[in-house]
Amino acid sequence: MTRLHDMGGRFGDGPVPVDPHDAPVFKQAPVFKQDWHARALAVTLAAGALGQWNLDGSRHARERLSPRDYMRFSYYEKWIAALADLLVQKGIVTRDELAAGQAGDPAPQALRARRLDAAAVAPALRRGGPTNRPVPAQPRFGPGDRVRLRRARHADIPGGHTRLPGYAGGHAATVLRCHGGHVFPDSNAHGLGEAPQPLYTVALRAADLWLAPEHPDDEVTLDAFEPYLEPLE
Amino acid sequence: MPHDHHDHDHAHAVLPPDPALRVRALETILTQKGLIDPAALDEIIDTYAHRVGPQEGARVVARAWADPAFREALLADADPVLDALGLTGRQGEHVTVVENTPVRHNVIVCTLCSCYPWTLLGIPPAWYKSDEYRARVVREPRKVLAEFGLSLPRDQAVRVHDSTAEMRYLVLPMRPEGTDGWGEDDLARLVTRDSMVGTGLPRAAHEVPAP
Repeated sequence: MTRLHDMGGRFGDGPVPVDPHDAPVFKQAPVFKQDWHARALAVTLAAGALGQWNLDGSRHARERLSPRDYMRFSYYEKWIAALADLLVQKGIVTRDELAAGQAGDPAPQALRARRLDAAAVAPALRRGGPTNRPVPAQPRFGPGDRVRLRRARHADIPGGHTRLPGYAGGHAATVLRCHGGHVFPDSNAHGLGEAPQPLYTVALRAADLWLAPEHPDDEVTLDAFEPYLEPLE
Repeated sequence: MPHDHHDHDHAHAVLPPDPALRVRALETILTQKGLIDPAALDEIIDTYAHRVGPQEGARVVARAWADPAFREALLADADPVLDALGLTGRQGEHVTVVENTPVRHNVIVCTLCSCYPWTLLGIPPAWYKSDEYRARVVREPRKVLAEFGLSLPRDQAVRVHDSTAEMRYLVLPMRPEGTDGWGEDDLARLVTRDSMVGTGLPRAAHEVPAP
């Protein structure tokens, strides 16, 4: 069983809400509709720079919101809630501090030493967090290979993080490209190590995925880590 | 087996109901603890509000239209090409560029969250992050594109790219007719954000002042 964020292909959603002021041209609409959206993004990035969790862990913290919260929260509200949960989970902030809106004690010196200063922002954003890593073995698959995406054992950990969307599980696909080794989110999100795996772009036929495909030649591609794939005989 | 035992530990519930106050509480606490530099927050906001945006992607597309060798290198392995232009970084560490042709139209989505090539297009628009777009565009791309005003011919197959890893996608749209001899700066004025996500096409040559 998967979580609410895994919504690709689900039925029931209405038209895509496109704000008429959000024209597809440059600089017409403000990037941040509310000041607090910008603050939420900046606080999340600055807190992430403390290095107490990784990107996969913060993504999983958003997925782990209760279904009720996930649905009622707007995009940046999910960010704030996940950040608050992570800060408490990692022992950086206490529940009492969250409730009071004020810090009790300063953070330990070792953590304060990791604070992202203004001058370090540009180089940190430019550097980002590349996920490519060497992998010990040759990738098992190559372009053109037919594969099947893993089915039932959706994530390695019950309720755990995975980047295999539910709609694709169990379906046949064709390997388009291998991107070399990348950090494996299913492991890294849980602090179990980067465990790099070969990453592939695979193509699935819309006609295989959906009961009523719009066009026989349409396709969906996704990026699949090697443990998601098995050879298709 | 490790368990995901945080499902019932939602500390965020103690924060105030107003989201603006929730953010302020976190910012205040982390600043008082010495873990956040308020000037760094201003720097991050200024970067994404004013400096990074689709104009970066448009430069890349225009150059690919004007320079066949650049286009070939970009499609084969975008990372070194973009890195040389200073266009890799956070949420754009690894990029694949996919090319529209008369027989294939590409569209980008992230059904699991909202992955988007920040270094090339900036922060994603609200519709890209919406449940409606994430849920529907993989299953009924043509219907969704029609809502954006884009009706694709039946002889053009749609390939929807679900960004499920740290690989970000950029669509290289087809160069508009009637732009022979245009320079890169003029070509870049034709490139819209949506044309690089696949929910739109570039502007036609007659829609912008002639170079």
